Amino acid sequence: MSYSIFSLVRNAIDYHQNWQKAWRNPDPKREYDVIIIGGGGHGLGAAWYLARDHGITNVAVLEKGWLGGGNTARNTMTIRDNYIRSASVPFHRESMKLWRGLSRDLNYNVMLHERGMITFLQSGSGVSHARRMADTMSVFDSEYIMLPLDELRRRVPFFSDTARMPIIGAVYHRKIAMARHDAVAWGYARAADKRGVDIIQNCEVTGILREGNRVTGVDTSRGVIKAKKIGMAVAGHGSVVAEMAGIRLPLETWPLQALVSTPVKPVLNEIFVVDGFHNYFMQSDKGELVVGGVTDPYPSYAQRGSPQVTEHVIEGLVDVFPVFKRMKFMRQWAGMLDITYDNSPIISGTSLEGFYIDVAGSGGFKTTPVAAKMHADLIANDRPHPLIEEFGLNRFQTGRLLVEGGVDANR
Amino acid sequence: MLLIPCPWCGARNEDEFLNGGEADKRRPANPVQAGSEEWYRYLYTPANTKGWLRERWWHVRGCRRWFKVDRNTHTHEIKQVEEADQWR
Repeated sequence: MSYSIFSLVRNAIDYHQNWQKAWRNPDPKREYDVIIIGGGGHGLGAAWYLARDHGITNVAVLEKGWLGGGNTARNTMTIRDNYIRSASVPFHRESMKLWRGLSRDLNYNVMLHERGMITFLQSGSGVSHARRMADTMSVFDSEYIMLPLDELRRRVPFFSDTARMPIIGAVYHRKIAMARHDAVAWGYARAADKRGVDIIQNCEVTGILREGNRVTGVDTSRGVIKAKKIGMAVAGHGSVVAEMAGIRLPLETWPLQALVSTPVKPVLNEIFVVDGFHNYFMQSDKGELVVGGVTDPYPSYAQRGSPQVTEHVIEGLVDVFPVFKRMKFMRQWAGMLDITYDNSPIISGTSLEGFYIDVAGSGGFKTTPVAAKMHADLIANDRPHPLIEEFGLNRFQTGRLLVEGGVDANR
Repeated sequence: MLLIPCPWCGARNEDEFLNGGEADKRRPANPVQAGSEEWYRYLYTPANTKGWLRERWWHVRGCRRWFKVDRNTHTHEIKQVEEADQWR
């Protein structure tokens, strides 16, 4: 059933008793053409693009927990494209383009809305770096402008004049958006299921089966499932799954904390970054402040962060906006980031034939549509699309790294 | 929050330390002859273990000495593996 104003009215008439389930819950078949490991945004997206763009519908998505319950549920929903390498910018801009059409493509409201992002600058080096970013982005035709202090004051009337590191300027990037993270996973799941993809939850992959140098399937908590091609999209567990295939990946898994306050009335329009503290915050649709920060000081799979990092992140918030000093926070958690050594994604085939990987390289929510689409393209055609030619695994051997770490303002 | 057992100072708060990554990694024995494959393995392929991992830590805001501990990267349990005597 397609969602529309008419389906809403029709279902309102019978008191919402007859809504159909958004996707099936099938038992795994013995064999598929393609298996995608990981039922988050990236994995479900890859399955949908395989079905829609390449006509490959005999696909299973294997998820060890519940759908969208991994790092799709732990990010802070921000979508931005301020990058600096000539390969990264078109990739992220394509993602923005796909995001804009996503609700229509999926017939599912992912609640995308453009918010804009304001980065508070607190040092001379911060200002010159922002200028460099603004110039780079203008090459790619992006609206990324320096805000003088009086203009900043007009837009954000209540930031502090007495911050420990005084605010001397700001940079504004309009095309930065937010989307509802759950809706992205659910939308892709529903659309993929409709095209015949089997989404199998509570099915943990425990081994990758191979014959010679080719994959033949996976061993799972629900038995052996055969497949000729396997795509891996497991944010926060890339090393663990790749190890099953005998592959070591150039990444480490780091926690990145986020916090959510009790809801308050609307105060913040944009997403804010505080340059001197490397933290960022915004107000969600529900009115909660969402605050995120730097990665924790050591790699970990524990899904929680250290309190001194939480404190530092909060310090940056109340230094710039003392008005939030008495806010109460409801939740604090850590998402797991598979961070590559150049902070750029890896979407690539591997030394094992038929085994493909989609690693976010840093926070991966923003790249969900483009990474999933390119991953699907790679699985279907067995060669990288021009957009991701430079995102291959071999760049760490050839030395053609796409260094983005330390480039964006909040890292 | 970790309480990291420094062999000299005892268990101290984690923000006194810096993580030095995986312990016992070996540089290529012959750096000139090592090819890109060997350097790739040394530089870019950490174990990134989920579970027990032997790591080097630096007590930078304390006695400023390096030492090794075993840390479980999943549960955050931590075990001292070196005695101060070893170094005398």
